Amino acid sequence: MLLQLECNININQIKLKINSMKITKVLLAILFTTNLSFAQKLKGSDTVLPLAQKEAESFMKSNKNSRVVVTGGGSGVGISALVDGTTDVAMSSRKIKMTEKMKLQDAGKASKESIVAYDALTVIVHPSNKVTQLKREQLEGIFTGKIKNWKEVGGDDLQIVVYSRESSSGTYEFFKEHVMKNKNYAANVLSMPASGAIVQSISQTKGAIGYVGLAYLENNTKAIKVSYDGGKTFVAPSVETAKNKTYPIVRPLYYYYLPSSEKMIKPFLDFCLSAEGQKIVEQTGYVPLPK
Amino acid sequence: MNFKISKIKEKIIESLLFISGAVTSVTVVFIVLFLFSEGLGVFMKKPIEEGSVIAINKNNIVNEISAEQIKNIYDQKIVSWKEIGGDNDNDTIILFRIEDITNYYSEAEIGENFERLPLCIDKLIDSIPGIIAFFPEKYLAKNFKGKKIELENINGYQFFSGNEWFPTAQPAAQMGVKPLILGTLWVSLIAIILALPLGLSAAIYLSEIANEKLRNILKPLIELLAGIPSVVYGFFGLVVIVPLIQKVFEIPVGETGLAGSIILGIMALPTIITISEDAMRNTPRSMKEASLALGASKWQTIYKVIIPHSISGITAGAILGIGRAIGETMAVLMVTGNAAVIPHTILEPVRTIPATIAAELGEAPEGGLHFKALFALGCILFLITLFINLLVEYISSRNKYATK
Repeated sequence: MLLQLECNININQIKLKINSMKITKVLLAILFTTNLSFAQKLKGSDTVLPLAQKEAESFMKSNKNSRVVVTGGGSGVGISALVDGTTDVAMSSRKIKMTEKMKLQDAGKASKESIVAYDALTVIVHPSNKVTQLKREQLEGIFTGKIKNWKEVGGDDLQIVVYSRESSSGTYEFFKEHVMKNKNYAANVLSMPASGAIVQSISQTKGAIGYVGLAYLENNTKAIKVSYDGGKTFVAPSVETAKNKTYPIVRPLYYYYLPSSEKMIKPFLDFCLSAEGQKIVEQTGYVPLPK
Repeated sequence: MNFKISKIKEKIIESLLFISGAVTSVTVVFIVLFLFSEGLGVFMKKPIEEGSVIAINKNNIVNEISAEQIKNIYDQKIVSWKEIGGDNDNDTIILFRIEDITNYYSEAEIGENFERLPLCIDKLIDSIPGIIAFFPEKYLAKNFKGKKIELENINGYQFFSGNEWFPTAQPAAQMGVKPLILGTLWVSLIAIILALPLGLSAAIYLSEIANEKLRNILKPLIELLAGIPSVVYGFFGLVVIVPLIQKVFEIPVGETGLAGSIILGIMALPTIITISEDAMRNTPRSMKEASLALGASKWQTIYKVIIPHSISGITAGAILGIGRAIGETMAVLMVTGNAAVIPHTILEPVRTIPATIAAELGEAPEGGLHFKALFALGCILFLITLFINLLVEYISSRNKYATK
């Protein structure tokens, strides 16, 4: 949004100058077109969006004559834009799907994949909840609707209210694959349009449980320690535990691009993977790549 | 000369007006055609991801498995073949997905570029009698020894009567829109039941009782309600109304149909008030004065003369209010909880059609089954609002006839 605005203002300024000083017209036109030819478009996942935006901003600061335009819309939107050729990079919070790969193939294209950061998913509950840790099997039971009351997992006699993201979100898919071993969510799971809404709802519902990215963790909800080895070790989510791989629910965030445009987007991609870019990853609340 | 120029001018203006009209009509027709051509495509699709196959052992006597059964098998709700018509031998169902292949074969056996994968899958399905396998079609061996399960195309009956909405379920998507349609109608109906008495009273007050000064303050305020962005209503609902409902009714979760209805009711108020107030103020002065002159009180005049006279305007306002409520997306998405279950009371979470489209379209692969199903939902919504508009048309035309 901000970037687009900035761009618009620039264009307007240029237009003004053209009107007032005809001599500089040609010069400015050249400047304008060169600016355009460097514009790289990123589109896709709303999870990756804040990270990509920050990275684009600092990239443009150090590379004055390049432009990076970042827009959201969702992982699916990004990848279909890549197929249509309306974006250079598709940001995605899930792996590219079989059907999407086949679409690219039909269009005579192949895609290259680059992992730019990791995101740790935290399971959160209402702060007053007595339960502090859960096994993966228990989480599966809760989200598939087999476990319905908190007392079954060591809490109070209270109905469990399950919050999830919308079925379209990459977070939903990842949680299903990774925590629920590909079983489907129960039909009565509440789905919320955004991670912020999940945090808000859980903070005001006593029996609530849900999952959000690590970046959304605040004091009004409580993070649950998770065990993937049948209850031997429970690990609390944090950037540190995600980095040293003791915390199990971690997912990669991807950039997809065409091999043909690799040369053009290489500088930006290298910046994202550099030490400076990875520092931004940590600042935005995501987990940097292992060195 | 002057006459000629003015005539040409008139012609130009006329043609400009014609072009604007034509462009608008063509756009509307184009949008509707596009909507239906995409939406009807859902009935030409199978509920399985394109390019994937489901296969079982050739000795298995089961020949047909429905999409719903496949989902239940993979959710481990159906665990034995007997439940879906198999025989007693090899009773347990063994699930297989492509990523499980490494449990059976080493990477060396599969080959670096998966070149021996089709053969491995073929051997595996042949060797385990109770297996059901889901894998990409390109790994299907040439002389495949197993039995492929063909799923039927989605049909209209399944689409409208199905109780489960799992559009992204793997391997078989569930496309039942009944909970969504019922949710939409349920929320809108309660919204209008809440909003109508309030809106009507406000309209009567504004048109008949309030003095000019108060009216000049109140009316713009009410119209301002229509100008508040819907996401603001949604946020207000999530933070204020949802906890309130949770406390008042002492239910475990506040995101319910009722929360949506209250928000939609508030959003429908300006429409109801403005239209019915206009209708009431259009009551001829002579009629009102005649009633008062006959000795009727102010209230008697209102409910014996003014309301009957403006009843079609009031109905139109109410129906347009419903129309606004049915199509509303963002506010509902935030407060109703969006669980796709058939609601039995208004104190349960519901999922509406517009909320479903808004939440899911962004990530649905273009042209796929999910994408088309969302367009089909759009068609249903379009037909509902079309019906409502026709109803308004009918009611207002009836009134013209009555006053003649």
